[in-house]
Amino acid sequence: MAKFRKEGKKEVPQVSTSSLPDIVYMLIFFFMITTTMRDVELKVKASPLPKATEIQKLEHKALVSSIYIGAPRDSKLGTESRIQLDDSFATPADIADWIQKERDSRNPADIPLLTTALKVHKDTRMGVVTDVKQELRKVGAFRINYTTLKGSALEN
Amino acid sequence: MARKVPEINSSSQADIAFLLLCFFLMTTSMDVDYGITRRLPPPVEQNVEDVKVKERNVMNVMVNKSDKLLVNGRPMDISQLKDEAKRFMTPRPSDETAPEVEAKTFGEGIGEILTSKGVISLQNDRGTSYAMYISVQNELARAFNEMKDELAKKTWHKSLDQLTEDQTKALNEAVPVRVSEAEPVDYKK
Repeated sequence: MAKFRKEGKKEVPQVSTSSLPDIVYMLIFFFMITTTMRDVELKVKASPLPKATEIQKLEHKALVSSIYIGAPRDSKLGTESRIQLDDSFATPADIADWIQKERDSRNPADIPLLTTALKVHKDTRMGVVTDVKQELRKVGAFRINYTTLKGSALEN
Repeated sequence: MARKVPEINSSSQADIAFLLLCFFLMTTSMDVDYGITRRLPPPVEQNVEDVKVKERNVMNVMVNKSDKLLVNGRPMDISQLKDEAKRFMTPRPSDETAPEVEAKTFGEGIGEILTSKGVISLQNDRGTSYAMYISVQNELARAFNEMKDELAKKTWHKSLDQLTEDQTKALNEAVPVRVSEAEPVDYKK
């Protein structure tokens, strides 16, 4: 009889953690696919953006180039609204070259679909925005998007 | 006798994976951008004569540098702009002061309807705030979207987001967004 008695006290077996790496890898793959790295370091304060209700989703992110307009983050540079293209401050005169550069980096077939997103701080004066729009018209970048937040426009 | 290769300890694999996970968690940004999409008009050529538009066909919306709204010379609050734009664009054949109307036929079951020849002209000052500009653009877009919605309900008994592609196309032709932005005036010259 003693032959069949188990030695020691009964213990709950440890939960196997060998599948933990697999679970984590699954999560990694999810984030790797959904991630879009912030491609520019913001030098201007573009947010808060104004609010609007009649808005569309900005699709095909690869075909969107952004222009940021707002007061410089560095308060030493004053409070006047500045334009940011890629990683540096710019003037409206630089927009033509920048658009050309954006076009060169895309597939030629996609060029008519390129959209310029204007990310403009809500307190900016329209003068700067109008200058930018005039430059965009000159180089034929007609598709623009005024990036906004969702919300009633009457609260702006 | 073959010597046994010791197995690599894989207990740290999870830690490495966690490190990678943390990296992607930090750098990820899943924000989706929304906005008002517009098409800019092509640049005007220098010596093109201005197109003459009858005064009754134009609704002048002006925004000054202190964000005050002037519609056809009368001050107006932004909250009334949508209804005013809608009233202006709705065809009223008997009204002499309203924009001219024209009967046009459209496909997809809309049939012959009266369309307005009205144009909303938007002019802003260089000192207007961007927030106000977006508000005005938004209110005008809302007026047109409401008119489209009403027509869609009348014709197909469906709201805007339930329409098929062809129906949306016909609707956009029947209710065109006629907002024209005035050429910026440079007073320095």
